[in-house]
Amino acid sequence: MQTNSWVPLFPEQASSFAWQVDYLYFYLILVSVAFMIPIVAVIFFFAMKYREKDKYAAPHGLHGSIVLETTWSIIPFIISMTIFLGGAIVYYNQYRIPDDPDMQVYVVGKQWMWKLQHETGQREINELHIPVGRKVKLTMTTEDALHSFYVPAFRTKMDVVPGRFTYLWFEATKPGKYHLFCAEYCGLNHSGMGGYVYVMEQRDFDNWLSGNVSGQTPVEAGRDLFENKLGCASCHTGGAGQRGAPLEGIFNHEVALVGGQKVIANEEYIRNSILNPSAQIVEGYQPIMPTFKGQVTEEQLISLVAYIKSLSGVTGPSTQTGPASTAPGTTGSSNSTSESMTPPRADRGNSNTQGSNPNAPGNTASPANSR
Amino acid sequence: MQNVDAIGTDFSETPKLNYLNNGYTLKSWLLTKDHKRIAIMYLISVSVFFFIGGLYAAAIRLELLTPASDLLESGSYNKAFTQHGIMMVFFFLIPSIPAVLGNFLLPIMIGAKDLALPRINLLSLYILWIGAALTMYGLMVGGVDTGWTFYTPYSTTFSNTYVTIVGLGIFVNGFSSILTGLNFIVTIHTMRAPGMTWFRMPLFVWAMYAVSLVQILGTPVIAITVLLVAIERIARVGIFDPAIGGDPILFQHLFWFYSHPAVYIMVLPGMGVISELISNFSRKKIFGYEFIAFSSIAIAVFGFLVWGHHMFVSGQSIYAGLVFSFLSMVVAIPSAIKVFNWTATLYQGSISYDTPMLYGLGFIGLFLIGGLTGLFLGSVGITVHVTDTYFVVAHFHYVMVGGQVIAYLGGLHYWWPKMTGRMYSEFWGRISAMLIFVGFNLTFFPQFILGYMGMPRRYASYPEEMQVLNIFSSAGASVLGVGMTMPVIYLVHSLFYGKKAGANPWMLPGLEWRTASPPPTENFETTPVVTWEAYEFGEESGLDFEEARRRDAVTTVS
Repeated sequence: MQTNSWVPLFPEQASSFAWQVDYLYFYLILVSVAFMIPIVAVIFFFAMKYREKDKYAAPHGLHGSIVLETTWSIIPFIISMTIFLGGAIVYYNQYRIPDDPDMQVYVVGKQWMWKLQHETGQREINELHIPVGRKVKLTMTTEDALHSFYVPAFRTKMDVVPGRFTYLWFEATKPGKYHLFCAEYCGLNHSGMGGYVYVMEQRDFDNWLSGNVSGQTPVEAGRDLFENKLGCASCHTGGAGQRGAPLEGIFNHEVALVGGQKVIANEEYIRNSILNPSAQIVEGYQPIMPTFKGQVTEEQLISLVAYIKSLSGVTGPSTQTGPASTAPGTTGSSNSTSESMTPPRADRGNSNTQGSNPNAPGNTASPANSR
Repeated sequence: MQNVDAIGTDFSETPKLNYLNNGYTLKSWLLTKDHKRIAIMYLISVSVFFFIGGLYAAAIRLELLTPASDLLESGSYNKAFTQHGIMMVFFFLIPSIPAVLGNFLLPIMIGAKDLALPRINLLSLYILWIGAALTMYGLMVGGVDTGWTFYTPYSTTFSNTYVTIVGLGIFVNGFSSILTGLNFIVTIHTMRAPGMTWFRMPLFVWAMYAVSLVQILGTPVIAITVLLVAIERIARVGIFDPAIGGDPILFQHLFWFYSHPAVYIMVLPGMGVISELISNFSRKKIFGYEFIAFSSIAIAVFGFLVWGHHMFVSGQSIYAGLVFSFLSMVVAIPSAIKVFNWTATLYQGSISYDTPMLYGLGFIGLFLIGGLTGLFLGSVGITVHVTDTYFVVAHFHYVMVGGQVIAYLGGLHYWWPKMTGRMYSEFWGRISAMLIFVGFNLTFFPQFILGYMGMPRRYASYPEEMQVLNIFSSAGASVLGVGMTMPVIYLVHSLFYGKKAGANPWMLPGLEWRTASPPPTENFETTPVVTWEAYEFGEESGLDFEEARRRDAVTTVS
């Protein structure tokens, strides 16, 4: 556990915008002190100077001044506008998701754990390993109640809302181990729903990646669902005359709907079209697709969306099919003993994600260099 | 002055019959239409609710002494903070000043015999009791664990506690609030004594007017919201839970559309009380009367436009966040104006250090911290980091406790001689006011630091490095607890052994001081005619200072 390095009782600064939040905070402390001290001093001064001498005195002091009233309305207003502007700028930096993230992670909140998956297929629970200096974009949803993904050292958080995706991004600036909290009350074990974010040097992160392998990347899992498990391919492929709308190349492009409406086929649209297909029918197609609500889990939805994005050539910077080094079977050599005792598995899902849990801290404590 | 006698400033014996000894049977209380008796019953009721809420607070602070959830396991802890919030917000803070002090004093301060609708007034008390009974039943059979905010879909789908019955209690209780607000507005419009123009009204009455507007316009929204939660829980109609077609964010909009104005229901009355205390205990006309009066109305109006600042991280659009941030900054200005005016009132005054004034001055300090940290939270960039942490907890306790509870206690001490006819012990009053001030700061100031460090609220267990500040906070809470218990003892003691107060112990000009203590059932022997401006402390107010000095000389000799 790292302790605070420069100011006691202050959280660590570990993201690219953390210093901006802190500077704004210091500015506000300055403003507060600049208001507090004079007012409190004046109150004490008056209370002593004008202390009651005659019990029934009726002093006729100044009791109104339009000049003073105007002054102390306008000056606080101007100061509050500087605070607003400062806050707005920082907010924009915190919440405007970069168009070109270096890395994407999918997050599903669940009472009471965080389930995360990297684009390369690694799954984690209550832990997130990321490299330093890379823009990381989180795409988040939840299986049940509201949660909120909160990393104090990064000075950012975002609620995780059932039925929709929310997004968060950060660029870590300092390797270390930082608290991950759930900040939105979610029931019984709310305070236990958290863990750590491990920020690692790129080399250590690569080692970690190669040591933690699950079966499939989201794109692969999505393709498996699309072609085999859910049978989407029976309508959505086949070329001219296929019954479902083509999905190749649609992502982030405009789609014409029945009735003349046009929408941008973003992640939200794809997700909704799986869960509630008849809501938005593509021009020229019949509303014959059944709903998949209740048949696909949130994680499967994320995989499907990732696969459909890949049909448009959109993925993160990582290779979409998974590099050879992360394939099952080549993992044992590069990892700690506990991992090598575990036979590499091609399956995916819960049993696998639990497996990644115990060995992750070991990785950060001593970056895997057994090679 | 011509009407010196007519307005009862003579210091003869109190009339034989006052509102307290006008009938001793239980029936004479339960079926009374006297606003003063109803206020006393409210006082007893909200004191009980405050005590219950306080017990939950004690449980919370004890649990947080250690990082692990050991004293209470997390299920019980979740119920403790939920029930603390529900009791304090819905059953103490909202009714406290309007229903107790407002009920007792508003008619007297404007020279009326009673509220305009006395039966409705009694009805609103019964509605509070029914609402409280339903909620308490829910708490006793198993409690509720959703947080006082009842966020969906947790409250509609996942919580298996007694959400419906507790929500029903809050729903019912809302009508009490609405009826009281309605009654006040009608009374202020129609029942003012001759000569009591709008701008001669005490600022407490202005604050009551502003708060009544908010109660009438806001409370129906929370009522319907709680009802929708109940409908979704019972009938599984998809309103808020996305699994059955609802929208969880819709709940937050509806909830905060009421609950942010409710913050002003909780603090505007406090501001009204403080205006009274500061002016009367520096015996000087309040500085900027119109600015204070209209800033109350401005707060009431703008308060309806800032609900979205509770939802900066809920997934609402960036641009909505910016608009709400801007409006939140705007709503801070009227509060700042009030603080400056209170401070300026002290200038060249004749400042007494009596207990009510200690509360008044303490309020300014605490409210400054509460208000300024509100700016931190209105500034979106910081809120993204500190929302849902102890920073928020500390902020709203500074506003709610440092503001409303301090003002309520100050007002209670100020008007206690009027309500009971007895003086309390000034010595113990001052000691307890200072203990509360110190204990409060020790409890809640460390929570700002904890919040910025990142400790989320509603956590039964927390990381070990945060323990030291939590110990400070819990230690402060025990000082605060002692400070809060003392008034119960010396105020009750004063009922039996306190010095007789007389009609006007501090020689103040307000109408409430121009009738006997305790007041007769119809408030005034004869209808007062107001010929003086608000907060006139000199001869022009018609008070007989000669007589008062003579009386003082007699008591000093004897």
